[in-house]
Amino acid sequence: MRTLRFLLQKEFKQIFRDPTILRLIIMLPVIQLLIIPLAADYEIKNINITIVDNDRSTFSQNLASKILASGYFRLTDYNNSFAAGIKQMESDKTDLILEIPRNFEKNLVNTNTEKLFIAVNAINGTKALVGSAYVSRIIAQFNQNIRTELLPPSKIQNIPTIEIVSANWFNRFLNYQVFMVPGILVLLITVVGAFMCALNIVKEKESGTIEQINVTPIRKHHFILGKLIPFWIIGMFVFSIGLFLIARLVYGIVPAGSILLIYSFLSVYLLAIMGIGLIISNYSNTQQQAMSLAFFFLMVFILMGGLFTSIESMPEWAQWIAKLNPLAWFIDVMRMVVMKGSGFSDIKNHFLIMAGFTVFFNSWAIINYKKTS
Amino acid sequence: MNWPEEQKEENKMKQFISFVKKEFYHVFRDRKTLLLLFGMPVVQIVLFGFALTNEIKNSKIVICDYSKDISTRAIIDKLEVSKNFEIKQANLSNSEIEKAFKEGTIKLVIVFPANFNYDLNHQNKAQVQIIADATDPNTATTLTMYASNIIADYQRQLIQGQNIPLQIETEMRMIYNPELKGTTNFVPGVMALVLFLISVLMTSVSIVKEKESGTMEILLVSPFNPFLVVISKAIPYFFLSLINLTVILLLSVYLLDMPIEGSILLLIAESSLFIITALSFGLLISTLTSSQQAAMLISLMGSLLPTMMLTGFIFPIENMPKALQIISNIVPPKWYYIIAKSIMIKGLGFSAIWKETLILLGMTFFLLFVSIKKFKTRLA
Amino acid sequence: MDGKVVIATDKLTKRFGDFTAVNEITFNVFEGEIFGFLGANGAGKTTAMRMLCGLSIPTSGKATIAGFDVYKQTEKIKRNIGYMSQKFSLYEDLTVLENIRFYGGIYGMTNSKIKSKSDELIAKLGLEKEAKKLVKSLPLGWKQKLAFSVAIFHEPKIVFLDEPTGGVDPVTRRQFWDLIYAAADQGITVFVTTHYMDEAEYCNRISMMVDGSIAALDTPSVLKKQFAAQTMDEVFYELARGAKRGE
Repeated sequence: MRTLRFLLQKEFKQIFRDPTILRLIIMLPVIQLLIIPLAADYEIKNINITIVDNDRSTFSQNLASKILASGYFRLTDYNNSFAAGIKQMESDKTDLILEIPRNFEKNLVNTNTEKLFIAVNAINGTKALVGSAYVSRIIAQFNQNIRTELLPPSKIQNIPTIEIVSANWFNRFLNYQVFMVPGILVLLITVVGAFMCALNIVKEKESGTIEQINVTPIRKHHFILGKLIPFWIIGMFVFSIGLFLIARLVYGIVPAGSILLIYSFLSVYLLAIMGIGLIISNYSNTQQQAMSLAFFFLMVFILMGGLFTSIESMPEWAQWIAKLNPLAWFIDVMRMVVMKGSGFSDIKNHFLIMAGFTVFFNSWAIINYKKTS
Repeated sequence: MNWPEEQKEENKMKQFISFVKKEFYHVFRDRKTLLLLFGMPVVQIVLFGFALTNEIKNSKIVICDYSKDISTRAIIDKLEVSKNFEIKQANLSNSEIEKAFKEGTIKLVIVFPANFNYDLNHQNKAQVQIIADATDPNTATTLTMYASNIIADYQRQLIQGQNIPLQIETEMRMIYNPELKGTTNFVPGVMALVLFLISVLMTSVSIVKEKESGTMEILLVSPFNPFLVVISKAIPYFFLSLINLTVILLLSVYLLDMPIEGSILLLIAESSLFIITALSFGLLISTLTSSQQAAMLISLMGSLLPTMMLTGFIFPIENMPKALQIISNIVPPKWYYIIAKSIMIKGLGFSAIWKETLILLGMTFFLLFVSIKKFKTRLA
Repeated sequence: MDGKVVIATDKLTKRFGDFTAVNEITFNVFEGEIFGFLGANGAGKTTAMRMLCGLSIPTSGKATIAGFDVYKQTEKIKRNIGYMSQKFSLYEDLTVLENIRFYGGIYGMTNSKIKSKSDELIAKLGLEKEAKKLVKSLPLGWKQKLAFSVAIFHEPKIVFLDEPTGGVDPVTRRQFWDLIYAAADQGITVFVTTHYMDEAEYCNRISMMVDGSIAALDTPSVLKKQFAAQTMDEVFYELARGAKRGE
């Protein structure tokens, strides 16, 4: 125990004397929490539309103004050349082309049916779906308005309508930032906890001081604890700054659920990812190697963590990989507890699995770490 | 040893080649890092290519059908046929819904009130309630939209059957990605990410490592042009990246079903340019720092995060605040992403991307220029 | 020199695959000796020393360090030895005092003992002004002396020195050896490897490793007579030139 105390004193002194690390501890939360939520807005809005109006009738112009009044679209161009519209799509100036054929109004009134043509840039599939759905809806409403205007009331009443009433729970204003910030907090402390911890150990390997430790009576578990504990504490600290300072003051996020619950999970999570950091450091002899490994895992964890894309939408096998990603579990917990106020029973499974991760990774790391070759 | 007063051109070439050879040895003998440099892109392309999508699929929803009539059953059938939902039927109370949401087991609830069909037939109006767990606003709005679309479709079917006048039909065509594959959007982005990251990180760290170990000093006191020394460090990584590029393209086309509608040669040429831009950025980073840790952290902050956030393949740039949109313009992967999409998915030629190419060229020259200057001042 | 045996090896061997780095070396080291462990590069001395420190498990053979078995009691060995490596592994980003206190604490010294001994040590080395400065700022010679002092701070039975005087001028080296003599006088056994043949003269006995085996073991004067040499340099040359391994 005494040995550990001396080790910890040394580790803390070294960490705080390293300007890079200090800078990181301060800068990382700021940058990640301030900038990423600003960038991460998935809401489908500002869809660029080109209206090719070959008719220029009251109807067509009405339709055009309805579309623009909806607020979903930005008008790229109002012209009468479909070819021009396609050129705009090629250069990403427009996402959607609505083509209104010649004599649209006349034909509709005289023959009771007419066709509109919509071309959608489907590279971004979701945007395409949503954009085309918005347009369709507006056209349908426009259609209904025409009927109301031109047809006798008796005829109209026979048209069945299904009214959809939708409600959004837990996030009434569909605020993306409230959704992103808890996840980013997780990302933040993962970098601090696993990443920096790994580099720290490898640095000692590279400089040879680890040999010196190996010769002393310091036991395996002392050494590892001496490396884990400081970063665990720093991780908790950074998380607290992120949650109580930045999330609250900048985004007004107040956790709906139990803070104790969050911190309990956080503690276990930190232990688990530190295990990963240890493993990385075991397999690396140079900082360059450690970094490459860490980068790799970081990227996989981030992109497969449900932070930017949803895990349920992934193919089955990818979901299994995501299940092995501790980040994904913690992000889920954060979102559930912070936004919905979920309780312990709701995240029982998550706790169990995280505990499992902790045991697994740390055992692997310890068994691996050899003082004697 | 007498240094010749004038270095002949062939000698300079020989020196340069010997530097390059040395660098190749460095790189290819570090097995572990090599594994990562080749393995990483492969794993990432395959993983992200298949897994990343912004489609919303397989969402678990519950339908509370208090009516259980012909209309509700028809709508529910339509919902089941669509690949978006995994449906369970149960009549849940509000508190039960809240509990289910809190447990995270379901994302959406659709409620059909009693007498749905009756109201539809006799009053021509019926209501459906859609309750979404809006924790993830994106999922909530998209799912609500999917469900609404299907219900609206049913409504349209009803109307068609009744031969209602003044009917506007819409014909929809999805261009560039008719199957609406979610991955199409991501693959060029992952390409940009992987190519950029490796080049930046490896170059900057390798140069700084030399600085740290002191061997850089030795090289610099020799009569060889120091700039050639530095360029020689970048060359192995250039070839490495080309190999990676080839592998990535092969995987994208044969495994991920990505099209290459346009000219492959053009794609390779543009990609090579992009790789050089990335290497120049790595060079610049190496002149800014003298410790590997710092080089790594700056590379991380300067390449990983901005690339992921501001390239446009994960987050739409047009949604960002103006300030970020402007910043995104100085992120090289953003321009490469546009170029790659234009060539691979849209099948466009050089005339469509000359602007972006020029920007990348400009960035490369700028980065190289600043690196050279910084390098020279270090020696002065 | 007779007395208690503190290091005893019997056919100690280390193999890496089919390469035998250390081949059945057998020797004893006595308490209070300054034992020089010499050999060309690649001869196997570092490997041998690592086994004696408990850093590497032998392939075969026996050895006891300070009475503890090198296979089963490595932890006890570590408690009773000190070690100073080529890289002077003091923490550059800790101060002189912090380094001393750290190693004192690691070896189980009480706080009061640490305090009094560190004051003593700082005074002895004349580092009063540097006590609170980072080790990084010390010149190489002072770092070496400090590293040695830290290695024996916990009063171990044996201290292992792995090429401790690289890169400093002869005067500083001489001062370093004064510290070694002082330690030996206190009963600490010093096991030192070195390339400098003049330092070999300072040792009580020397062993010379060639191609993994001990080619010679005796006092410097006996060896010089044996090889009809004036200096240890010549002894070394005679023994090592037939070596198959080395740079």
